[in-house]
Amino acid sequence: MKIWPIFKKEMRLYFTSPVAWVIITMFLFIAGYFFYSIFAFYTLASMQSAMNPQMARELNVTDSVLRPLFSNVSVILLLLMPLITMRLFAEERRSGTIELLLTFPVRDGAVLIGKYLAALTLYAIMLALTLLYPGIVLYFARVEWGPLLTGYLGLLLMGATFLAVGIFASSVTENQIVAAITTFGTLLILWVVGWSAEYVGGPWGRVLSHLSILEHFDTFARGVLDTKDVIFYLDVTLVALFLTLRSLETRRWKG
Amino acid sequence: MIEVERLTKHYGPVTAIRDVSFAVAPGEIVGFLGPNGAGKSTTMRILSCFMPASSGTAKVAGFDVFRDSMAVRQRIGYLPENVPLYSEMRVASYLDFVAEVKGVGRTLRRSRVADVMERCRIDDVQHRLIGKLSKGYRQRVGLAQAIVNDPAVLILDEPTIGLDPQQITEIRALIKSLAGDHTVILSTHILPEVSMVCSGVIIINRGSIVAQGAIDRLVEDFFPTARVHVQVAAPPAAVREGLGKIPGVVGVHEDPASDGLASYVVESARGRDVRGEIFQLAAQQGWQLRELRRAGMTLEEVFIRIVAGEETAAEPAIVEAES
Repeated sequence: MKIWPIFKKEMRLYFTSPVAWVIITMFLFIAGYFFYSIFAFYTLASMQSAMNPQMARELNVTDSVLRPLFSNVSVILLLLMPLITMRLFAEERRSGTIELLLTFPVRDGAVLIGKYLAALTLYAIMLALTLLYPGIVLYFARVEWGPLLTGYLGLLLMGATFLAVGIFASSVTENQIVAAITTFGTLLILWVVGWSAEYVGGPWGRVLSHLSILEHFDTFARGVLDTKDVIFYLDVTLVALFLTLRSLETRRWKG
Repeated sequence: MIEVERLTKHYGPVTAIRDVSFAVAPGEIVGFLGPNGAGKSTTMRILSCFMPASSGTAKVAGFDVFRDSMAVRQRIGYLPENVPLYSEMRVASYLDFVAEVKGVGRTLRRSRVADVMERCRIDDVQHRLIGKLSKGYRQRVGLAQAIVNDPAVLILDEPTIGLDPQQITEIRALIKSLAGDHTVILSTHILPEVSMVCSGVIIINRGSIVAQGAIDRLVEDFFPTARVHVQVAAPPAAVREGLGKIPGVVGVHEDPASDGLASYVVESARGRDVRGEIFQLAAQQGWQLRELRRAGMTLEEVFIRIVAGEETAAEPAIVEAES
């Protein structure tokens, strides 16, 4: 399997064009702003609670800083992930380079995995850079490592799912904007689908809430590591990647 | 080296190629000739394993393009029609990527890449972004990526399109230098290119092969007689009679008049030059001989005859369909 050269090529393309730099910068900037405002609010709350012992008992870093930070970051991901994946296949189709790429002695699967891993690596780099914020918290307060780790694991898994959905959208069109909007729409629907679970109720309600990306993430943010949620993200990822592979093959047949 | 049998490809209701069969011997450079939309690119895309045929088989270097696709891909270099390259990559690193994907080992890669850059004369732009290169350079980078793994078979789709005459000459020389070690199939709609570069030709029109073989043989087959153009100021009837009496002449046709003077095409047995006799006849009769030249029996005329012939044959069908 020649995944490595494909991976290297994609990484090079991310970083020679401004795409990766812009995405990383914007992500860090917005995440930094959220961190700042949450942290500032927490400081204010802890100062007030100095006078109110009742309130102080309920105040802790995990629940008041990290958990809201994680859920805010996941919203940013909803917007940014489609931009990472949109060019992966759509641009190759538009420029025709796919014709050469798919006649090189590489299997379609290796091309797909190489590209997917490149997107995932870019995302992992973005995420690793945000470790700076919990690092700052660590300087001022005691941080529980468990919820921090599960939170990051959750973000990683959720991002991996977003990227897989995005790469599929990119493989069915030659227009990057269409790919990005399709990805965003699909993710948003999977995000909010749990909201209607309450009204629907019954078995369908459970299906809807199971499909909700948000609900599965919430357990991670609370510091709970549940295999059910891990498997959900891996499932969606694998299904999306499998569909991408099929779409590459179908396109070949149709010419 | 390339064997194609009864290859057919449909795009939905449209049939791009129908029952295409041909073979290319090792070390040969074959021109794939046809008007635009004749099915050249489709055939090449099937040969390069980009897409499968609807029916029929194709073998490249002894391997089936569909069943042993990976084995075929390792042995070919392919240059698609519009030279798709990553415009955001630099020339040298792009070629390194292609070499790596094509399985050129790490130790060999650097020297292979340097070698093809020198052969294609792109070493002076090796650190430039491909997107910033001129059309001629892009074409050469495309050719360089095709030959970077030293493949047995090269499939080049319109390799000289859009280049200036100087560049065309260079690319042709480069392709010619590949003969012997490589089997090359190149498509083009520029006729002189085929006679200049190729040893054999395959002519395709409307998705079917209409002629194939060595260029000289093909020309001979189509023009079994030698032909001479004569333009002479004299009474047409007398000219026709006089020319017809020359021994060896098998036919005299009148060309549409130009400059108010009648021209004739004199056909004679191949290998027999009747120009001397025509001159003497004119001198004897006191005719004013304006022009006397051998008609070039080139591939171009063969091609025009074939393609034009097909078109007139197909015309009534179209008219019927419309009415």
